[in-house]
Amino acid sequence: MQKVSVVDYGMSNLDSVARAIEECGGTPVIVGRSQDLEDATRIVLPGVGAFGDGMRNIRERGIDRVLRDQVVEKGIPLLGICLGMQLLATTGYEGGATEGLGLIDGEVRRLERDAPATRIPHVGWNQVDFVRESPLFAGIRSGGDFYFVHSYHFVCSDDKDVLATTPYCGAFVSVVSKGYIWGVQFHPEKSQRLGHQLLRNFISL
Amino acid sequence: MLRIRIMPTLLYKDVGLVKGISFDSWRRVGSVMQAVKVYNMRDVDELVFLDITATRDARSPDFALVDDIADECQMPLTVGGGVRTVEDVRALLQVGADKVAINTAAVGRPELIRETADRFGSQCVVVSIDATRHADGRYEVHTHSGATPTGIDPVTLARKAESLGAGEILLTSIDRDGTMTGFDIELVRSVCEAVSIPVIASGGAGSYEHMQQVLGAGMASAVAAASIFHFTEQTPREAKQYLRAQGFSVRI
Repeated sequence: MQKVSVVDYGMSNLDSVARAIEECGGTPVIVGRSQDLEDATRIVLPGVGAFGDGMRNIRERGIDRVLRDQVVEKGIPLLGICLGMQLLATTGYEGGATEGLGLIDGEVRRLERDAPATRIPHVGWNQVDFVRESPLFAGIRSGGDFYFVHSYHFVCSDDKDVLATTPYCGAFVSVVSKGYIWGVQFHPEKSQRLGHQLLRNFISL
Repeated sequence: MLRIRIMPTLLYKDVGLVKGISFDSWRRVGSVMQAVKVYNMRDVDELVFLDITATRDARSPDFALVDDIADECQMPLTVGGGVRTVEDVRALLQVGADKVAINTAAVGRPELIRETADRFGSQCVVVSIDATRHADGRYEVHTHSGATPTGIDPVTLARKAESLGAGEILLTSIDRDGTMTGFDIELVRSVCEAVSIPVIASGGAGSYEHMQQVLGAGMASAVAAASIFHFTEQTPREAKQYLRAQGFSVRI
């Protein structure tokens, strides 16, 4: 079975993510020390919480450098989930401007309501409209529903990195990708059948 | 489009699930794990699990139990009952809760809302408000599973919760709870108009039409319901089919 290293930086619903990976045919290994990431073959960066705290915890553990080596130098596939996706950006603005991992060019900004009735956080099931094809989407139709819970969103500097959008507060970027790096704003581990299909696709890349 | 949500509520008391009327006259309605398995099969939108005697008994949440539930639960899970400290929240999130509901402590120590939102993000902080309507039309928040009147207006508490960083409000009408006679639309609408975070309406669902009313005129983002799913043949899926036919955006 494919080993999947799940990064523990103290901010994550690790249990849910690890369990979903197991159900999707992977062997989850929870990794909290940067040196344990060195032999990873698939990396999942989960996360709930605020951008500033997340980056601080990652830097304190030296995980930012190892992630860069693994993903950029060696081409090990990486999947960021929710906050884990946002941390891929250059800069985040939750809790003051904070430098992100800088793996995908862009900024993380607060959702801005586009109608008086729009409520923030964006909580619940919403559609994910594919902008580009990706092996991550194998067997999933564009427009399918995934589970979201967030107040901030990824603004890509380069449109080529946008893989899917979701119609809320305009259309925010719900999936980003660059090389072997993917990030999803929704929670595949909580998105039942479609979410599990996406995780299976990542595990079998 | 963002879908409206139908969320079955599981109330836990002693060793199993119960459902009462106006927070009293509890009937046993089976085991937690069995219920979670059924709702898994039905692909429900979200699940709410409330331990209704934890605060009354001055207990912490039963983390081992929530761990078991979360291991089985394939849908987003909100857990409440006995949440008094940031450490309680941390432990619940760690064992697999996606969101934590704060009820009595939201009145007794509102800073807990801010501390939790700062540390774990607003998205996992649900402030649960239980309210009754007085004969003169005034509403009042109760804590301790409805046992303790507070003199606080639910709109005031909802606004305060939002300003402290709550991500959602779970609003329950104690009077309508378990009656299956329809939601207190006026209560729900007053809170929905006062805040810009999502409001989950609870208490009174007896038919799909009641849900339509509270999501439409009541302006709620989601419906939480128990009796209708425990005691009638009606299901979350049928509810969404009905609501779709009425023009609501649902996930089927």
